[in-house]
Amino acid sequence: MPETVLVPPDHTAPVAFTRAQLEWLPWLEPLAVEAMTERHMASLVDAARVKSPYFRLLARDPDALEARTRTDKDIFYNPDAGLPRAERELAAAATSRFNGCVYCASVHSRHAATYSKREADVQRLLDDGVGADLGERWNAIVAASVALTATPMAFGPEHVERLRRAGLDDLAISDVIHAAAFFNWANRLMLSLGEPAVAG
Amino acid sequence: MTERTTRRPGAEADVIDALVGIAPGSPLDAIRARRPEARAQAQASYRALFAPDAPGDVTAAERFAVGAFVAGLHDDAAIAAFYVALLGDSGASTELRDAVDAAAAEATGRGPYGSYPAGPLSRENTAGPAYRVSAATRRKLGPRLAAAFEHVHLLVFHPRDAAPAALQTLLDAGWSTTTIVTLSQIVAFLSFQIRVVVGLRTLADRS
Repeated sequence: MPETVLVPPDHTAPVAFTRAQLEWLPWLEPLAVEAMTERHMASLVDAARVKSPYFRLLARDPDALEARTRTDKDIFYNPDAGLPRAERELAAAATSRFNGCVYCASVHSRHAATYSKREADVQRLLDDGVGADLGERWNAIVAASVALTATPMAFGPEHVERLRRAGLDDLAISDVIHAAAFFNWANRLMLSLGEPAVAG
Repeated sequence: MTERTTRRPGAEADVIDALVGIAPGSPLDAIRARRPEARAQAQASYRALFAPDAPGDVTAAERFAVGAFVAGLHDDAAIAAFYVALLGDSGASTELRDAVDAAAAEATGRGPYGSYPAGPLSRENTAGPAYRVSAATRRKLGPRLAAAFEHVHLLVFHPRDAAPAALQTLLDAGWSTTTIVTLSQIVAFLSFQIRVVVGLRTLADRS
């Protein structure tokens, strides 16, 4: 039988950026849990992700999924110095805000708010966009993320210098680069293989 | 074409290190060593997508044609030259290599743009073109890669315009659900790899 796209069930699409928990509805058929091989299961890295239609869809190319996930985890969770977790999440949220990925922005703005305790600033990024004034250090991180996210890339020495003036060392600047770059990966998958829905 | 001469790495050489020009023992080498899994798994991602153990139903020439096209759209001469060279090594015909060059020239743009669902975000809608491969380039690419390239342009420049219809177009052109996942990963991964290279190269130049 020829494959077709999925028609998502009735749902409410979010019409604004939000820190609320959203669902994600696939436009292509994820693997059925009972059809997954050991290789498919291992590619999820976290077994609990078998509940996620997003990861079961990506598991169709298990080697690509597993390497993607392990790249993601080291960029965001490696605790060895560099950029604080809150600001790695800020770079992810800013990138997602600029590309227009409402789902990714919801997850990573929640994380940014949780780790920074700066809920109002994070919400301002969501409400007003990447031009919001969040104080110089966060402004520098957002501006660098946005410049790197533009296609072609607009990231230049002025962004490195501004981050240094804001107190970031080169490992922290490398973390900004990786966090923003990684969300250019994640946003494109999330935006093009399915859509967000208001939970409920 | 390129001011930087990039030695093409073998299958095991780290592509990001090669494209940035990171020498062992350099400051950037030390920085990348602090995130060893990110470094190794970014390279594992490259291998999974461009030199897979199980290529499935996407040929090496298709993978590198898409890669060269994505790199061309990002307008970085050294990175584009790297993927164009690998396309040549993949067994692609001269006609296909010409078609990729032509498509990259036809499809240039500036992103991200696109529309949001109707509501408060509509004021941020930014208009921009959807790419349609020209008739001459389509003849050289064939219908399957032509459909892929139109999707690649969507993902590179205006991903928030994505819709199920774009995926149906790929299915109709001979892509399966599984090969669409691989195609999407190639474009999305390169959107990452290219930005890491550009970012770290800028950082290295300021060290």
